[in-house]
Amino acid sequence: MKKIRTPYLLLLPGFAFLLTFFIFPILSLAQVSTATPISGGDIGEFEQTFRFRNYLEAFLDSREHFGRSLLYALLATLIALLISYPLAYALAFKSGKYKNVLLVLVVAPFFTSFLLRTVAWKQILGEEGFVVPTLRNLGLLSDTATITSTAGAVILGMAYNFLPFMTLPLYASIDRIDPRTLEASGDLYANGFTTFRRVTLPLSMPGVVAGTLLTFIPAAGDYVNAELLGGPNNSMIGNVIQSRFLIPDYPTTSALSFTLMAAILIIVVVYIRKAGTDEVV
Amino acid sequence: MSSLEKEAVVSRRPLGASIARWFGKNLIRIYMALAFVYLFIPVAYTFVFSFNDSGKSNITWQGFTFEKWLNPCGAPRVCEALGNSIKIGLLATIFSTILGTLIAFAIGRYLFKGRSASNLLIFLPMATPEIVLGASILSLFLVLQINPGFWPTVIAHVVFCVSFVVVTVKARIASLDPKLEQAAMDLYANEFQTFRRVTLPLVAPGIAAAALLAFSLSFDDFIITNFNSGTVTTFPKFIYGAAARGIPAQANVIASAVFFLALALVIIGQVVSRKRKVS
Repeated sequence: MKKIRTPYLLLLPGFAFLLTFFIFPILSLAQVSTATPISGGDIGEFEQTFRFRNYLEAFLDSREHFGRSLLYALLATLIALLISYPLAYALAFKSGKYKNVLLVLVVAPFFTSFLLRTVAWKQILGEEGFVVPTLRNLGLLSDTATITSTAGAVILGMAYNFLPFMTLPLYASIDRIDPRTLEASGDLYANGFTTFRRVTLPLSMPGVVAGTLLTFIPAAGDYVNAELLGGPNNSMIGNVIQSRFLIPDYPTTSALSFTLMAAILIIVVVYIRKAGTDEVV
Repeated sequence: MSSLEKEAVVSRRPLGASIARWFGKNLIRIYMALAFVYLFIPVAYTFVFSFNDSGKSNITWQGFTFEKWLNPCGAPRVCEALGNSIKIGLLATIFSTILGTLIAFAIGRYLFKGRSASNLLIFLPMATPEIVLGASILSLFLVLQINPGFWPTVIAHVVFCVSFVVVTVKARIASLDPKLEQAAMDLYANEFQTFRRVTLPLVAPGIAAAALLAFSLSFDDFIITNFNSGTVTTFPKFIYGAAARGIPAQANVIASAVFFLALALVIIGQVVSRKRKVS
């Protein structure tokens, strides 16, 4: 009897906490999402009226932002993957005795506040940095064009900020590959590209799936990069949720949050099915 | 072709070709070096500009000074914000490490009914965008008529740190050799003694790594903090607030100091664990 009870006792405090401060808040968010302002009440006072039109109106008002969020997050994830995969591969197979040192160096930049690093990019690439004048002198950038306040800056900023979430899972799964399987592939007359496509990549798929999810999810909900590096035409759904929240318009905030979460969950489920792995955690 | 002629052909190969060959062989190492440059550009920029002899804003280079390093609390409220971040980070780390480690032992060590549902409950907070997590926790506090502030922020941080602790500790538990525990039992250690003398010391590095991860996640969090902290200013909130009117160089000093401190901690940790392995 005692043995059967042990895991439940271990789970009890943590799950009681998550139930109270994670599941219950999500439910209370659902509750607020169909509420309407109390007529004659103070600002920020709402009553439950089960008005599901809140969702439709919130979505239609900010469908551009939704589209932008998903597109930017997708591109940032792809860029992070393109940067991280060779990096993780080199860490796993080409770094020899410096492996641990280099692994620390991958994480080290993230010991500096991410907001300060984003502000640093903004200043390096901004009007008063040295990059823009240099490119203008070389004729690579017109006098009116900028690097910041563009979609590209937002996407690169997100790719940069979420890079360790991509690199670490990739490294973990590439490092587990037995180098002898790669040698075997070579012995069977596969060239480098074929070996990568038929052996390395399939074996590292759990890392690719975990890394892309851990990058895509925070990127889709981000608003800091769009605010610091983007212009007025680059604002994402996170910016809308944040600004609605400050009004305060809690029903719209909640409806948008739920729609975002539903969109992300659908994408995640479809993606995991397609990628054919369930070892995400 | 005689071997002598062959050698002549090899030595006559133009310099360009051998450079190209060297690049081909080391392409991935060059790529790795470039990736590291990309990673460290903003860190280096932040460090360099901590020596800037600037006034309120710190955008253009005004000259070199040590003054900001000697007086890191010189800018108004920057050290108050840092203090809040450290306090919130420590509390969130303690709570999330305890709760997360218990869950990790349950999931990593036992087969029980509801195990996959438990895994899902751990995965969900990680799959929820921070902005949704922040807004939802605040909506609970509003329903309960609790004002946002210090403790609501700690609670919100524990929510997103727990899952990362569980995943990290669980990985360590999974890599343990069950034979070590069996050996302890064979030597007449009871369940509790086995846990305290064998299992726990073996899992300890995983717990330490999880605690470090939880602290750094909490310390650097902005989005969830911004929803739940009310008038309490944390270090990221300070930077965000100052970004519009100019960030004082003291913020660069503090961020650089945190960077070197964390780097030193990780390196010491690695050296200690290597020495243990050797002895």
